[in-house]
Amino acid sequence: MAVQVLIPTPLQKFTNDEASVTLEASSIDALIDALDGRFPGFKGRLCDENGKLRRFLNIYVNSEDIRFLDNQSTPLSPGDEVSIVPAVAGG
Amino acid sequence: MTATLACSPTTGPTFTGLRCKECGHPYEAGARHVCEDVCFGPLEVVYDYEAIKARVSRATIEAGPASIWRYRDFLPIEGDPIDVGTGFTPLLKANNLAKRLGLKSLYIKNDGVNMPTLSFKDRVVSVALTRARELGFSTVSCASTGNLANSTAAIAAHAGLECCVFIPSDLELGKVLGTLIYNPTLMAVRGNYDQVNRLCSEVANTFGWGFVNINLRPYYSEGSKTLGYEVIEQLGWQLPDHIVAPLASGSLFTKIRKGFDEFIKVGLVDDKPVRFSGAQAEGCSPIAQAFAEGRDFITPVKPNTIAKSIAIGNPADGPYAIDIANRTGGQIAAVNDAEIIDGIKLLAETEGVFTETAGGTTIAVLKKLVEAGQINPEETTVAYITGNGLKTTEAVAPAIGEPYLIDAQLESFKQAWQQAQHAQQAA
Repeated sequence: MAVQVLIPTPLQKFTNDEASVTLEASSIDALIDALDGRFPGFKGRLCDENGKLRRFLNIYVNSEDIRFLDNQSTPLSPGDEVSIVPAVAGG
Repeated sequence: MTATLACSPTTGPTFTGLRCKECGHPYEAGARHVCEDVCFGPLEVVYDYEAIKARVSRATIEAGPASIWRYRDFLPIEGDPIDVGTGFTPLLKANNLAKRLGLKSLYIKNDGVNMPTLSFKDRVVSVALTRARELGFSTVSCASTGNLANSTAAIAAHAGLECCVFIPSDLELGKVLGTLIYNPTLMAVRGNYDQVNRLCSEVANTFGWGFVNINLRPYYSEGSKTLGYEVIEQLGWQLPDHIVAPLASGSLFTKIRKGFDEFIKVGLVDDKPVRFSGAQAEGCSPIAQAFAEGRDFITPVKPNTIAKSIAIGNPADGPYAIDIANRTGGQIAAVNDAEIIDGIKLLAETEGVFTETAGGTTIAVLKKLVEAGQINPEETTVAYITGNGLKTTEAVAPAIGEPYLIDAQLESFKQAWQQAQHAQQAA
């Protein structure tokens, strides 16, 4: 049982241009590690040196920002959809 | 994609590429908005200020068109602009409002009468679509709280570009109608603006369109600098002492500052301290909350306010807005929906300017800051009004009374007039 992760264009160079990948993970932190395991260097792009998600990146679980959930400890269930989205401005 | 550009001393582009605002990593001047090689920070346009300085003077600017394109040497385009008369909106000396608030020198920068769609967004879209055309896009798009959708659809129509725009499905009728009339494809998304933006990031990834606020954002956001330039020029080539502007994503606020800084840098205006104060609606005030708590990071919120045009719960430029307010000795404050409506009415009754909810927020925060002693009455203060009230009439309709219905007879009028006099005395 796995979760689906939507990869933004700037990170698709890590995923052989795939816009979506499927992985096993029980939390966002575990997912970031799993991504890095499959695509080495991925974590260094998402997180700073302390392992904290970079402030200009947003992660959503089933359309909900993880900052409204449990941040990087947010648990994942089989079938969840996770999106990684760089911040944008507008109005 | 455009390779690194070279600047000539007299003509052609004055920008050379893009650079990450956080880590400084350089990029070519293509359609990209984040530092994808390093830190995901936002990208900014890099200019050759020596070339600009050699080219512009107060006289050359004054001889230019009565639009944002009088400042074209400060904007990131290579060729001819899409000029639909955007910009150079009135700077009103607001004596009646100043008197009401106890100020001596208050100005209203009125982008509620900007062209073609009556909000400051025409500035950013004019720049973004000019650049979109240069980068070879045939379809343009945006995620919008309303005003940006109006502007993108209108200017795309004029420029002959295909247009598909995305809005939250609960927007005011005027904003929906004011987009549909230009006949774009309009997607009303079940969700708030932040959800619309997330969807659009995914669409931008896959459809190859020019999204003005996503992959064209470095160019788009530069259009807001013209709100800084114009105020300097309209004050007789001087900086104000204090500005108050609405905060949604925080981009406008930071770009007004950048506009001031650039005119100082190239010697068009003398430097002096300018305080920057920002206005949010309590129902969506992540930047004001962070400012009040002394944080330099934003905790996103879910918007619940009538001020829909500035209801961005996850403001990308929030940290930069806080930094500017702190560095300049300004404030960031929030007001509730009732105060916003009072702000709209106050500006209309004192100055004859009918603004939308974002402008009401700005005026209400201006009033709040004056009452808290945070604006010196002697200061030259500029309040930025960014949109037009006719687009959001439902916000004020319950609060403005109704006409006296009379017969076409003098007696009927006299009775009603008497009632009106009584009502005025009672108020």
